Amino acid sequence: MRLTLKIWRQENAQSKGVMTTYPIDNISPDMSFLEMMDVLNKELIEKGDSPVAFDHDCREGICGMCSMFINGEAHGPDRNVTTCQLHMRKFKDGDTIHIEPFRAKAFPVIRDLLVDRSAFDRIQHAGGFISVNTSGNTQDANSIPISKYDADTAMDAATCIGCGACVATCKNSSAMLFVGAKVSQFALLPQGQVEAADRVQNMVDQMDLEGFGNCTNTGACEVECPKGISLDNIARMNRELLKSKVL
Amino acid sequence: MSNLKSNVPEGPLKDKWTNHKNNIDLVNPANKRQIDVIVVGTGLAGASASATLAELGYNVKTFCFQDSPRRAHSIAAQGGINAAKNYQGDGDSTHRLFYDTVKGGDYRSREANVYRLAEVSANIIDQCVAQGVPFARDYGGLLDNRSFGGVLVSRTFYAKGQTGQQLLLGAYSAMNRQIGRGKIKMYNRHEMMDIVKIEGKARGIIARNLVTGEIERHSAHAVVIASGGYGNVFYLSTNAMGSNVSAAWKIHRKGAYFANPCFTQIHPTCIPVSGDHQSKLTLMSESLRNDGRIWVPKNLDDVKAIREGKLKPVDLSEDDRDYFLERRYPAFGNLVPRDVASRAAKERCDEGFGVNATGEAVYLDFAAAILRYGKEKAHIKGLDENDEALVKKLGKEVVKAKYGNLFQMYFKIVDQDPYETPMMIYPAVHYTMGGVWVDYNLMTTIPGCFAIGEANFSDHGANRLGASALMQGLADGYFVLPYTIGDYLSEDIRTGAIPTDIPEFDQAEAEVKAQIESFVNNKGTKSVDYFHKKLGKIMWNKCGMSRNAEGLNQAIKEIQELREDFYKNVCVPGTSAEFNEELAKAGRVADFLELGELFAKDALERTESCGGHFREESQTPEGEALRDDANFTFVSAWEYTGRPSDAILHKEELIYDNIELKTRSYK
Repeated sequence: MRLTLKIWRQENAQSKGVMTTYPIDNISPDMSFLEMMDVLNKELIEKGDSPVAFDHDCREGICGMCSMFINGEAHGPDRNVTTCQLHMRKFKDGDTIHIEPFRAKAFPVIRDLLVDRSAFDRIQHAGGFISVNTSGNTQDANSIPISKYDADTAMDAATCIGCGACVATCKNSSAMLFVGAKVSQFALLPQGQVEAADRVQNMVDQMDLEGFGNCTNTGACEVECPKGISLDNIARMNRELLKSKVL
Repeated sequence: MSNLKSNVPEGPLKDKWTNHKNNIDLVNPANKRQIDVIVVGTGLAGASASATLAELGYNVKTFCFQDSPRRAHSIAAQGGINAAKNYQGDGDSTHRLFYDTVKGGDYRSREANVYRLAEVSANIIDQCVAQGVPFARDYGGLLDNRSFGGVLVSRTFYAKGQTGQQLLLGAYSAMNRQIGRGKIKMYNRHEMMDIVKIEGKARGIIARNLVTGEIERHSAHAVVIASGGYGNVFYLSTNAMGSNVSAAWKIHRKGAYFANPCFTQIHPTCIPVSGDHQSKLTLMSESLRNDGRIWVPKNLDDVKAIREGKLKPVDLSEDDRDYFLERRYPAFGNLVPRDVASRAAKERCDEGFGVNATGEAVYLDFAAAILRYGKEKAHIKGLDENDEALVKKLGKEVVKAKYGNLFQMYFKIVDQDPYETPMMIYPAVHYTMGGVWVDYNLMTTIPGCFAIGEANFSDHGANRLGASALMQGLADGYFVLPYTIGDYLSEDIRTGAIPTDIPEFDQAEAEVKAQIESFVNNKGTKSVDYFHKKLGKIMWNKCGMSRNAEGLNQAIKEIQELREDFYKNVCVPGTSAEFNEELAKAGRVADFLELGELFAKDALERTESCGGHFREESQTPEGEALRDDANFTFVSAWEYTGRPSDAILHKEELIYDNIELKTRSYK
């Protein structure tokens, strides 16, 4: 395949970025999108240019490190995949592909396609945990039965990989799908009940402090989420927040 | 026999850990506040250790190269975590888990360490449930289990096909609680460049901020290495792109012995290589072997027709298929341990029976399982069991519920539907049993420097059983290290903060800076990946699933030449004072180029076959691995003396008081 890439290049957080055009040839449809980027970077290095910086690690869709806004979509045109799982067979010979970083006020660009998502970590520091020491002196794992439905629903919420596609996709740059997923996981489990009220308030406060927007129920986040995290989690978070204020 | 002290406590096996905990020194809470600990790596071992040490009151500084600790590669573990809970009542016990692990490791691990691992395993599950890890449950609300290779009980706990993710996020949440309290200072996008020793003790590290390129000094009273395994020495592996040996190798260069480097696990069920562009390999969980049957065609004509696209695998009759694992190992069938399954697949492909264009793939077929489950469902629902279309439809639903996410992953990568045609799989490098040598307290041969999780060598011998890596990572981090490190630190309560403006730090920093500048100023012609790929090819072809003296000698020579070429001709664009991934990669590949040679040297030295290490010279007439207990019942611990070729071998004799050494048979 022969393609034209238009890629956001930005030297560092302070400098101004610009879309730059790179033609690329001999791309196999079996390559992953990031392997295509590897080919481009190899060519750039051999020419003495600076390679395009992008985040990536596991390359199997679970670490949440890769990002990229491809042709106007977080993680590109395929559904339920991260950029590293997107394959070139989803494109046609001769296509022009636009590649940009995840954009949000709370995700400042570090370089090229690399953004700073540490705001997500800080929201987790504020309350994304159950306050139990790791001494091992807890009760037996089977002492509290949990309904299969609740365990499975908590698991569905817990599969969030923290990539930030929801934020990048949302017109308000809202992080409510990300926060809702964690709040839901613990709200659905008996172990999470004790500090449920503090948790949801602290996490939402931190989310607001970081400069994320609010949810206006568009649902784009759910569509673009590589793990298919459901909007129900936002509803559940709002319910938990309300409950924590009135009860 | 050697100067290595394993420091295994006296007494009966089952009392060793309890007695040891009762006898070691403790640090009082007020003094813990005066003590700093550095942890490098945030996988299961590093994250759990950081959280627990911070809870105990130590000041913890934790480092990871990713943009968040949650991204460490433990997150990618799929299948599950073992624990001797015996919830299924199928005869499991601490002793059985201990026995299975030692046997699975082909009798090359340390008894006392493995027993302790089995002993604390049940606690891990309690701990994780208390933290809100959503393990799979049955309809009664209790925890569910599945079965893994090489064992005869169901002791594996799981969270869909994402158990590693859920356990890591659990440990990450425990860390977050301590980061919020200020007890852990987290350094994301930082790479450890070297360890700093003062008067022989580990007292700090030099780190590089990967965003700004700044070189930083960090001091502590102890340093914990939890940086994972070195599978990426093969370039292609199931490890993450950034997984590397550098932290472990840096301490090796400063005095930590490196143990059993040639013990590498090649996982049988991975998606085959599709071309030269390939950057990594993807695992298909071992759990698939519960239901998938592995085969190749019986006749070479059929193989040829399949490769040319003239014949479809589904059209081949049962009589024309060779279910080679079921044929060779009737007792365990498709659920033999990983090393055995991998070698059997390689044997068939070497004989020309590989089913894809490169000749390096075998089938993993779910057709029989789909029919079996479909008939069962039809029977339960009172529907026609002979209606083939209906049975298939019902069967597919069952298989989808069990393995849906793995099938989807396969479909996205290969573009073939595994519900309709068998998966193609081939072995790939997955885990390294070898690693930094540690004693019973998980301390390396550098006082004050500890190694935990995959980074150490201690628990899996020459082959790791499925679902045991997660168990070891969390056991080390939550339940073992926090005790043993206290014993060491109890002598440091009067030391006070370690300054960083002393000659030891000056020198370490100068060395790090010199290497970085030499890379940036090298202005060579070949990319870092060029060298990494070449190294990978040497390792795979000559130190891979089967090894012989001739190949290993060649590998040593070729790696030495490649290393020379690397330092002459590597090209690292950009500068040292910016985000520069090529520069980070160059440092990692430089270390792989040394480790690779030691790996081959170790494999050459061990002329027996055991576990994942198969020497062609040492096999039975049927082609099974032939161990040599008389001469090789020891751990090879290598001391660095300047060049891998000059490394000195120290032997830690392995003593089995509680288990009889037997030939591992899965027939």
